[in-house]
Amino acid sequence: MNERTMLIEEENICIQENLVYEKPKTLLDTPMHYCPGCAHGVVHRLLAEAIDELGIQEDTIGVAPVGCSVFAYNYLDIDMQEAAHGRASAVATGIKRVLPDKYVFSYQGDGDLAAIGTGETLHTCNRGENILIVFINNGIYGMTGGQMAPTTLEGMKTTTTPFGRNVSLMGHPLKITDLIAQLPGVYYATRVAVNTPGNVRKAKKAILKSFQYQKEKKGLCFIEVVSNCPSNWKMTPLESNKWLEENMFPFYPLGDLKSPDGKSIKAAKGE
Amino acid sequence: MKELKLMKGNEALAEAAIRSGCDAYFGYPITPQSEVLEYLSTYAEQRTGMLVLQAESEVAAINMIYGAGGTGKRVMISSSSPGISLMQEGISYIACAEIPCVIVNVVRGGPGLGTIQPSQGDYFQAVKGGGHGDYKLIVLAPSTVQEMADFVPRAFELAFKYRNPVMILTDGALGQMMEKVELFEPIPRKTNIEPWATVGKPKTRERNILTSLHIEPDKMEQINLHLQAKYKTIQGNEIEYETYKCDDADVILTAYGLVARICKKSADLAREKGIKVGVFRPITLFPFPYKQLSKLSGKIKGILDVEMNAGQMVEDVRLAVEGKIPVEFHGRMGGIVPAPDEILQKIVRMDFFREEKFAGELI
Ligand SMILES: Cc1ncc(C[n+]2csc(CCOP(=O)(O)OP(=O)(O)O)c2C)c(N)n1
Repeated sequence: MNERTMLIEEENICIQENLVYEKPKTLLDTPMHYCPGCAHGVVHRLLAEAIDELGIQEDTIGVAPVGCSVFAYNYLDIDMQEAAHGRASAVATGIKRVLPDKYVFSYQGDGDLAAIGTGETLHTCNRGENILIVFINNGIYGMTGGQMAPTTLEGMKTTTTPFGRNVSLMGHPLKITDLIAQLPGVYYATRVAVNTPGNVRKAKKAILKSFQYQKEKKGLCFIEVVSNCPSNWKMTPLESNKWLEENMFPFYPLGDLKSPDGKSIKAAKGE
Repeated sequence: MKELKLMKGNEALAEAAIRSGCDAYFGYPITPQSEVLEYLSTYAEQRTGMLVLQAESEVAAINMIYGAGGTGKRVMISSSSPGISLMQEGISYIACAEIPCVIVNVVRGGPGLGTIQPSQGDYFQAVKGGGHGDYKLIVLAPSTVQEMADFVPRAFELAFKYRNPVMILTDGALGQMMEKVELFEPIPRKTNIEPWATVGKPKTRERNILTSLHIEPDKMEQINLHLQAKYKTIQGNEIEYETYKCDDADVILTAYGLVARICKKSADLAREKGIKVGVFRPITLFPFPYKQLSKLSGKIKGILDVEMNAGQMVEDVRLAVEGKIPVEFHGRMGGIVPAPDEILQKIVRMDFFREEKFAGELI
């Protein structure tokens, strides 16, 4: 080691002006319980980044569902309530109705939002509650160990569809975002993903926009994140992302289903 | 200013909610309690700015209560038996997360869709748990329209004192009947922020989390021990009951709510015939006045418990009396209300009473 390299080593490069990226303030330094490759952690981080950038940490209340993200409140440094399975949007309604000037969001899986909680989801959207619903669609029940979800694709194997989802027996995968996008109470409905850096940026934009719309009291914003579940899909994270692109995206195409600027419905038609 | 009005029980209760400074009410129509939602929809917002929302179901409504109650506001929900059954999961969550709220059950006859007529068939559900897990509601049982009004601010007070859901357990007759009621002076809506409430986290405190999930058994046992200790304190502090002509009584009728009123008439009829009958009426069903009833049972020959069900509170009466004296039961079901003379006939036919010297001529 010569004198020159020693000098470089001593120089501390971890200084404020060199920082290009850091942990958002609203994201707590708690190790996450999510499996490697799972999208939940990325979406939590995006929420935290958005809350920081908008400076709304003190005015935001979140609702965690029953599902893998039941512990979301362990990672986000904001006031939160944990709801019964499927009822997160009703809980969010209750909070928002008595605290109309606060930012309220619910965070829900596909089983939670589109099976047991379908009624609450539809009616919360139909009332145009001025909240954000973040919907993680991984096509499976993660927390309970990989059973069929309402969004499970045709032919997809789960522990309760070991021979693949048979639509004549179990019905078709439910495109709930397409359904709720039809309701006048919904102001913004979009489908995003977090499998690539580009998609992550788009997802974050959708979150930022939704909070902005909430501030302007525009009505309900709904963000579907088409996600993977490496553990229950029984794949490596890389394989699961490939499977996501090849199988989930064709059925759940990314893009706005309803947007205030009128550029919409494209994705809904699968174009 | 105090006001005297002729009102239906359900209306008096709704009016009392407005006067209690209630912040939000969530409900779903069901007979015989829809007047609560209707009355509040008509008057509440313009009077105090109180929020009233008709939910898509009782399941949604109780979860809205969980959310709104979690912000530390005064929140109330009402329904009748089938709707209350639907709420049980939510009530269990609310009890564990310790969210104060007032739940009103205007009971109708069951099981199933049953009848829209009055009943006391939900005593077990209200007092012994109803939903899953070890929890207790504080349960208040009004017996007049006046109490339908007066118990509302009392219920809010208890809910916040103990961070516990409080149930007002009434019935279809009390909900529908009209009586004179003296309305209390309005209480302003809350302005203070509860330290545990989820209202947005200021820099000055840690985040507040309202949850009923504690996946570590050690932690969950601690939560349970905390709840049990709280229920014990409530048992120590909050028991309320009423006695009617019990001082010299040979026989006591135990009854709550509407039936206690009827029993007073039966006691008067009995006394006209020279039989000394009194009435013991628990006002708080949880906490139940076990000790008070036990003490009384030392001075009497027997108890007739009267209810509009197949025999539910009678189990608590027997627990209180511990076999010291005979406890018999008279119940009507399916929406039938027992009549005063029907109860009198039952008194004189009671096994322990028939042995008395003057019983013969009465039967
Ligand atoms: C009333 C009720 N029914 C069932 C369950 C069991 N349960 C817990 S999570 C879950 C499914 C969660 O799947 P999803 O909503 O897709 O979220 P994920 O775990 O995949 O993120 C189920 C069925 C429960 N907790 N409560």
